[in-house]
Amino acid sequence: MSNLALSVNNLSFRYPGQAKDCVHDLSFEIFVGERFGLFGPNGAGKTTLMSLMVGLQKVKQGHIQVLDKDIRKDSAAIKHFIGYVPQDFAFYPELSPVENLDFFGAWSGLNKRTVKDRTTYLLEVLGLSDVAHKPVKQFSGGMKRRVNLAIGVIHEPQILFLDEPTVGVDVQTRHAIIDYLKVLNAQGTTLVYTSHHLKEAEDLCERIALIDRGEMVAYDYLNQLLERHGSKDGLEELFLKLTGSAYRD
Amino acid sequence: MYKFTASITKELRLLLRDKVGLMIMFAMPVLLVLLITSIQISAFELVNNSKVKVLLCNKDKGKGSQEFLSYLNEVGRFDLINVDMTEDDRHVGDYMNDHDAFVALYIPEGFSDQITKKAEFTAGKALVEFGINESPDTLKMVKVDSLTIYFHPVLQQSLRRSIQGALKSVIQLVENKSMLDALYFSINGKPMPATFEKELFANQIGIEEKTTSHNGSRTIPNAAQHNVPAWTIFAMFFMVISLGGNVVKEKLSGSFVRLKIMPTNFIIGLLSKQLLYLMVAMSQVVVIFSMGVWLFPHIGLPALNIPHDWLALIVVSFICGLSAISYALCIGVYSKTQEQANGFGAISVVILATIGGILVPSFAMPKAFQFYMNLSPLHWCLEAYYGLFLEGGKLADIMNSVVPLLGSIVVLQLIAIIGLKKKNLI
Repeated sequence: MSNLALSVNNLSFRYPGQAKDCVHDLSFEIFVGERFGLFGPNGAGKTTLMSLMVGLQKVKQGHIQVLDKDIRKDSAAIKHFIGYVPQDFAFYPELSPVENLDFFGAWSGLNKRTVKDRTTYLLEVLGLSDVAHKPVKQFSGGMKRRVNLAIGVIHEPQILFLDEPTVGVDVQTRHAIIDYLKVLNAQGTTLVYTSHHLKEAEDLCERIALIDRGEMVAYDYLNQLLERHGSKDGLEELFLKLTGSAYRD
Repeated sequence: MYKFTASITKELRLLLRDKVGLMIMFAMPVLLVLLITSIQISAFELVNNSKVKVLLCNKDKGKGSQEFLSYLNEVGRFDLINVDMTEDDRHVGDYMNDHDAFVALYIPEGFSDQITKKAEFTAGKALVEFGINESPDTLKMVKVDSLTIYFHPVLQQSLRRSIQGALKSVIQLVENKSMLDALYFSINGKPMPATFEKELFANQIGIEEKTTSHNGSRTIPNAAQHNVPAWTIFAMFFMVISLGGNVVKEKLSGSFVRLKIMPTNFIIGLLSKQLLYLMVAMSQVVVIFSMGVWLFPHIGLPALNIPHDWLALIVVSFICGLSAISYALCIGVYSKTQEQANGFGAISVVILATIGGILVPSFAMPKAFQFYMNLSPLHWCLEAYYGLFLEGGKLADIMNSVVPLLGSIVVLQLIAIIGLKKKNLI
């Protein structure tokens, strides 16, 4: 077994009815235990790429391998190893965090005992124990984000895909989430992460891929990229240098 | 198994928190069954059992009109109230309002005399035709003035016809009797003896009412037999509000997306959802049927008679529930918002109920609609239930309704799954 968590080769994808590829001829690799950042302006194709990597969209051109398994052939097996925290909330607002985790834990393939233990642990770590039995619809945006994250990690995935996990939350929640992600990574979970908070990304990611209009613009270790492009002010300066400052949506 | 029980538990929790959905699925049909059955019973009573108030103005003082009124009283359907008015009285409507009546009858002066003369003419003509008498020059046809009936505009056409029919029968009776009197008198030269007359009219041919059935039962179906199954089906299909909304919410909340990347087959999700709502449908059946059996008799409504073939009733109820669930699933899958699912779902169920014979009996529908009726799953549900409740049939007797119903379930389920696939949700 290689040390690759994920490898993407010559991946292209076009939505039905569209004239251009949304993702065009992308190739990159993510190593096991890595904190990998995927960045780009709005409409760059980040969410589509994420959907392809987690199996929400079918790969028609190119290849994706997750832990040495082809996503087209072994998607059922791959589902056991990956976790996904989508940008939009994806849970049942009428249910409490405990009830949501109970259901999603079962669907993740865990047994009842494990679900119970993991639920207690996650609610504690993410500061949701006091509201464990309240309907999520009554929660603030930050609390909902934490529930969204807890569901994505309940089965302790080997690779965790996070699509803007801190969007719309206050500084405290953002820090709590990032700190928890670092803990997860320290325990061996590979993180694949997208965000518009570039300062936060600088703090979290070791390697990054910058994509624009579906194509790879830059892909390397963050410090090497900054050095190569002379971006002393960090990722934001590099981002603007490589993608321009024109509106994208 | 834990996946399945967790899914059922999740669905149950969502359902129990959907108070509006529960109200629509249980409280609304209970109220509907009570109201519609009560209204139908009172309408039935009005048409068939209660006496119709008739304002009577009799300008004739002869024997014919007296006999006519006597026979009219014997019919037992009319409550005659004497008033004084002219034939072209413009105030008949006011009299009706004053007396809370919907019908007025005017008997013109000379009515008895004209009936007698007509009877004498008919009897004379008959004796000539029989060759007993020669044709006398004096035999002249007499025209009898019409009775005038005034109907209040609110009175339904069917009731008007029923009243006219009863009046015509009584007039016919009076005319026949007068003619027989005249014939007897012409032949025997003396009036017909009262005992003979009584014998003649006492031995009338009756009409025995029987209802067809598969099991030989001759029980006449009451309003409960018609209404309870019909509104139970309506209630089942109204789960479109709860189940359709539930599916839309799952789509919009992103739960479907998350479930798609989890190592569990979507069939478990669909099955658990359908199983729970099948239990809901069965609960609706139990609640509404129990109400028909035990509550109705206590509030003056006819009791619901449960069919003898219990197994067939359970099977049909399951199939009807599954049909309602499949329809709700389809609406949920193809609706973009909850408002769309609720609005379209509710209106479409009312339309399908209408063309399916729930709101209006299918035989009363125009020919053009009778084809579309077959497209409504509610129609086949109703036919299957009526086969058991009204005709006393067994499962084998209602197969011609059950088979199309099963077909529609398969089609609706396929449409729902295709929709989920197309929307990349499974």
